[in-house]
Amino acid sequence: MEKTPEELYREREQRVTDAIQLKIPDRVPIITGMGYFPANYTGIPFETAYYDYDEWVAAYKRTLQDFQPDMFSIQPFFPGIFLELIKPKGIRWPGHGASPYHSHQSIELEILKSDEYDAYIEDPSDFMLRFYLSRTTEAAEPFKMLPPLSSLGQGYRGALALAEALIIPEVASAIETLKKAGQELAKWHSRIQAFSEEIEKMGFPPSGRGGALVPFDAVSHSLRGMHGTMIDMHRQPDKLLELCEKILEMTLDRPMPTPNKSGNIRVFMPLTRGSDDFMSLKQFETFYWTHLKKLVQTFADRGAQPCIFFEGNWDTRVEYFLEFPRGKVLAHFDTTDIFRAKEILNGHVSIQGNVPSSLLGTGTVQEVKDYCKKLIDVVGKDGGYIMSPRSSVDEARPENLRTMIDFTKEYGVYN
Amino acid sequence: MSGELTNAIADLQENEALGMTQKRLDSGEDPKAILDESRKGMEIVGKRFSDGEYFLPELIFSGEIFKQIAEMVKPKLKEEVKAESLGKCIIGTVAGDIHDIGKDIVVFMLDVSGFEVYDLGIDVPAQAFIDKIKETNAPIVGLSGFLTLAFDSMKETVDAIKAAGLRDKVKIMIGGGQIDEQIMKYTGADAYGRDAMAGVKLAKQWL
Repeated sequence: MEKTPEELYREREQRVTDAIQLKIPDRVPIITGMGYFPANYTGIPFETAYYDYDEWVAAYKRTLQDFQPDMFSIQPFFPGIFLELIKPKGIRWPGHGASPYHSHQSIELEILKSDEYDAYIEDPSDFMLRFYLSRTTEAAEPFKMLPPLSSLGQGYRGALALAEALIIPEVASAIETLKKAGQELAKWHSRIQAFSEEIEKMGFPPSGRGGALVPFDAVSHSLRGMHGTMIDMHRQPDKLLELCEKILEMTLDRPMPTPNKSGNIRVFMPLTRGSDDFMSLKQFETFYWTHLKKLVQTFADRGAQPCIFFEGNWDTRVEYFLEFPRGKVLAHFDTTDIFRAKEILNGHVSIQGNVPSSLLGTGTVQEVKDYCKKLIDVVGKDGGYIMSPRSSVDEARPENLRTMIDFTKEYGVYN
Repeated sequence: MSGELTNAIADLQENEALGMTQKRLDSGEDPKAILDESRKGMEIVGKRFSDGEYFLPELIFSGEIFKQIAEMVKPKLKEEVKAESLGKCIIGTVAGDIHDIGKDIVVFMLDVSGFEVYDLGIDVPAQAFIDKIKETNAPIVGLSGFLTLAFDSMKETVDAIKAAGLRDKVKIMIGGGQIDEQIMKYTGADAYGRDAMAGVKLAKQWL
């Protein structure tokens, strides 16, 4: 008899939880990013994810129905009209700066200048309002004309000073634009919510709730930019560390996401610039590891399961991950040698990965099977393993992605 | 003192390197000698990167130091000084992809290894590679890409070079993010380089 969506949901949740807790599930679970793959699979442009809600939902539902992974991350629908209104400077999306048939891409900006560390550390809210917003979003540019809120004056004079600032024509017009964007976004909130609910109703538990960045990555991606950050590692390492500490504190002050139906909180942590590709081991220890360890430990202490994506190659730092709390962390590897990682982390940290995107995109079905077999035999031995692609499946051949999933369901059964 | 500036740059002593440059320019020294010595410092940085002693932050910081020295020296140079070149290379991130980190590392390493590098930047259409090959007769082309869309974009670039009748004139290497041997076969490129050092090694073999 066919299983009900509720049964499937429970099974999938249990399978993944077992693997993270280093138990042996009924079979190797499968998690995949879905990204823009449903567009290629159903023959619609990627820009649908920004401009046609119904079609995007339909494409996702059809793809999930046909492929049936245990869990996946989605490329949620996001209204392009809202982006067009606020004009973000750090992103090109399909049909708007990027080809309608390609994924969105980020542009790294130097938001925080080299001499502005103290301004941020001493008053992050002021920096956010007057500098961060105006430098990341064209519609918010006039906010740079606002006075610091702490300088507004005593008593009712404070409110009056603010009132005067708000009618500066540029500021007033920026507020109008943001209001319009807000109204636009409010229209979508319920539908975006409905999107995830519909997927859950099909029997798929959400892969994660909320996310967190290691402070160094946050600085590198969205404050100083990589170039500025790396120069500061030499010119002003103490300031850089002070900023990272501040961001760590702010991250840990944020409320935890609410648990899902099964009581799990899987927190997604994409890690990028602490890898072998970007910094020395000594720099990793100084600028990265302490904060990463603290984040992971704190989230675990608060009942969450950090699900970490290690982008790039982390070969020389795998041993450090033995300091993560046992059976509470999922490590998704990209180009790191996953077989060696299994030897080191076996019985301590659950491993996810790592079918090459190149193989899924251009290989044969047999090649995919062979690779997955090796993963299941070696990394899947004794549990604590989740089958997954290395990174994006946007350009995967449907038959290859299907093979990764179906073969694992068949061959990855534990006895 | 000869060699001091080279060492200051190699050891990333920014203030010392800039101070020495200023002092030597003030005393009327040949700006070309200063530039040559600085380049030697950058070569050492490249060597240390190859040896795993330096990483990306050091490449970027040394580049920043060198840029400042070059800016100080250039107004005093009588003519554009061209460093002797091992050979020409054309490098770019393929169409549709705007990532530059990996590409910039390869450009840096080829440059300090003595190649004359034509850096076409990011999101480079196939035609731009073809035009540059025709213009420079460079025998080496490097295609970079971070996203999986680069699989097809690289293949289209290689195909376009072939269609333009230039495939026999150039060796093509590829690298970046999710690029590997599999994609080398798929695109018809001559080689795949796992990192910048592999890229330099390939380029030297192909001279």
